[in-house]
Amino acid sequence: MINLRLPMPSQLKYPAGSYQYGFHDEVKPVYAIPPGLSERVVEEISHIKNEPTWMRERRLKALAAFEARRVPTWGADLSGIDFQSICYYLKPSERQAASWDKVPEKIKQTFDKLGIPQAEAKFLSGVGAQYDSEAVYHNLKEEWKKQGVIFMDMDSGLREHPEIVKQYFGTVIPLNDNKFAALNTAAWSGGSFVYVPRGVQVTAPLQAYFRLNAQNMGQFERTLIVAEEGSFVTYVEGCTAPVYAVDSLHCAVVEIIAKPYSRVRYTTMQNWSNDVYNLVTKRAVALEGATVEWVDGNFGSKVTMKYPSVFMKGRGSRADILSLAYAGPGQHQDAGAKVVHLAPDTCSNIVSKSISRGGGRTSYRGLLHVAAQAKHSKAKVKCDALIMDPASRSDTYPTNDVRTREVQTEHEATVSKVGEEQLFYLRARGLSENEAASLIVAGFIEPIARELPMEYAVELNRLIELEMEGSVG
Amino acid sequence: MVQLLEVNNLHVQVEGKEILKGVTLAVKAGEVHALMGPNGSGKSTLASVLMGHPGYEITQGSATFLGQNLLAMKPEERSRMGVFLAFQYPVAVPGLTAEHFLRTAFNAHREARGEKPLNPMDFRTLVQAELDRLQMKPELLERGLNDGFSGGEKKRLEILQLAVLKPQLAVLDETDSGLDVDAMKLVAQGVNSLLGFAMGVLVITHYQRLLHYLKPTHVHVMVNGRMAKSAGPELVQAVENSGYDQFTVAHA
Repeated sequence: MINLRLPMPSQLKYPAGSYQYGFHDEVKPVYAIPPGLSERVVEEISHIKNEPTWMRERRLKALAAFEARRVPTWGADLSGIDFQSICYYLKPSERQAASWDKVPEKIKQTFDKLGIPQAEAKFLSGVGAQYDSEAVYHNLKEEWKKQGVIFMDMDSGLREHPEIVKQYFGTVIPLNDNKFAALNTAAWSGGSFVYVPRGVQVTAPLQAYFRLNAQNMGQFERTLIVAEEGSFVTYVEGCTAPVYAVDSLHCAVVEIIAKPYSRVRYTTMQNWSNDVYNLVTKRAVALEGATVEWVDGNFGSKVTMKYPSVFMKGRGSRADILSLAYAGPGQHQDAGAKVVHLAPDTCSNIVSKSISRGGGRTSYRGLLHVAAQAKHSKAKVKCDALIMDPASRSDTYPTNDVRTREVQTEHEATVSKVGEEQLFYLRARGLSENEAASLIVAGFIEPIARELPMEYAVELNRLIELEMEGSVG
Repeated sequence: MVQLLEVNNLHVQVEGKEILKGVTLAVKAGEVHALMGPNGSGKSTLASVLMGHPGYEITQGSATFLGQNLLAMKPEERSRMGVFLAFQYPVAVPGLTAEHFLRTAFNAHREARGEKPLNPMDFRTLVQAELDRLQMKPELLERGLNDGFSGGEKKRLEILQLAVLKPQLAVLDETDSGLDVDAMKLVAQGVNSLLGFAMGVLVITHYQRLLHYLKPTHVHVMVNGRMAKSAGPELVQAVENSGYDQFTVAHA
């Protein structure tokens, strides 16, 4: 059990009695919330945000669930997390005040090599002011408004559309689903809120990039996407530049509700700095005839545990999950996917690719569940691991729970080593060892790269090249 | 003509076992050297060693290319200097298109010569001409490198690479195996046309067939890690008539 030390009131830098009087919109918080988590801290977060009572109560319940649960030990090693040293809420102004000088040199160099402009780099490092893309974004925003599409940060979503948020928040991932979902529910800040009305086809991808501001870079983001019947939306977040986190825990929750015959695609490409525990719960519910696609790329971090899931509740619903993980020295990517077939004629397809090098470790952890009533369903799982050197490691942990015979399942797993012969062949044509390794890796992940928006695919390849520098030989 | 390759008393080991036991060979520009010999005599080892395969240990002797110490160079340096090996078993790299690979290699060579890289459009034009000459379908270039290629497709792709990279020394390691007669003629034509550019060739083969189209100027028979016999083109006929036994016996 973790001992959650409750800070004494004297340790809190609150103006006396400021938080217990409900909502003080006009009062600008001038204090900082100290590290550590407690009811007081949770109430304070809710207070600062001027939230409705139900959300505050939800947070408190979640906190209790978080405290009651043990740190899971079935996956990656999480023993290094010190929950009491983490700041659970930072005012945006505090984030911005953090200094560019404090961003590690290595990360700055990576920004340079990736060709990220400094303003953007500063923002991504969590030290910049709002990344100003309003100009590009403006026309799209008008268009969405006309269609009734809502796309804003989650805090604004709760403020401006409390009835929708209340209806769906926590319905896909209950607050006590797992320790980290509970933590997120207790401490969440930022994330995205997306609502697509019935029949609306959103052609341009909603890019979290567009609406990013310092608040959304929180480490406890909460995202909720509701796609009404027959609608279509693509949501893209993250970028391949390393995100420098002030604290070493990123714990996000993403919930998707895909109503009948809607289609939602959610693309993430993340690259956390090497000391971050990245523990994310992503789950979607697909109703009749709906399709949910997760495209999920994980670079960086110390430990990642992330298994995008789709619960196919409606007849003929569909799940497509593409997952990519790269583990370099000192990193463990425990990633995968979960598909739960709960209705007849459902169809799922998982493609997982992982690369480990320099002592890095990747694990594929997957769940395939087919309920008794999910007759005539199809499920396909393909996981490929590429191991770059003898010091690196890859494991596969599939769980199959199939309760009907009238189902078609396929499972395919390959592990390949970048062989001396492959490298030699490419070098014999004039490519350096690093170039050769980059091309082999880029080829390996090509089935996923081609599903990415162009600019992400380009960045991804540049990132691979960077990671391969000095990786072999 | 220019002296390209000079191999002198080359001894090579793999895991403590000596495979090449003192090989000597000299190839000038415009010459075609055929290297024949029974399985396991060390022919392919010589080809791999010339290209710089890291799995071999050179214990004695020397090899120079254009007067420079070949054995001190990395495989990519040898390639950029103009050494080319057509692999006996080309390796597959799934997801990497043959075109992207070939363009990257081509531009690496240009860069080494201080030239600007060719853009994808111009490169396509250049490679299309070579495809036509070798009667190859351009679709081959869109596929993953050697991934799911037939034996013949792999060998043709090797020759396409040869034609695009235009090396000074081409080592063809059993390029004829897996090719039908028509394909072999095309391969030979491709190689012959490059001889005009003062290329030297070392062709490893079991069969006389390819040598009908690719007229060797010199023929060597390798047995048990040594050149058992080196002579002119007439040696091909001797091998054809009486096999390799004559050399094994003579040597013993």
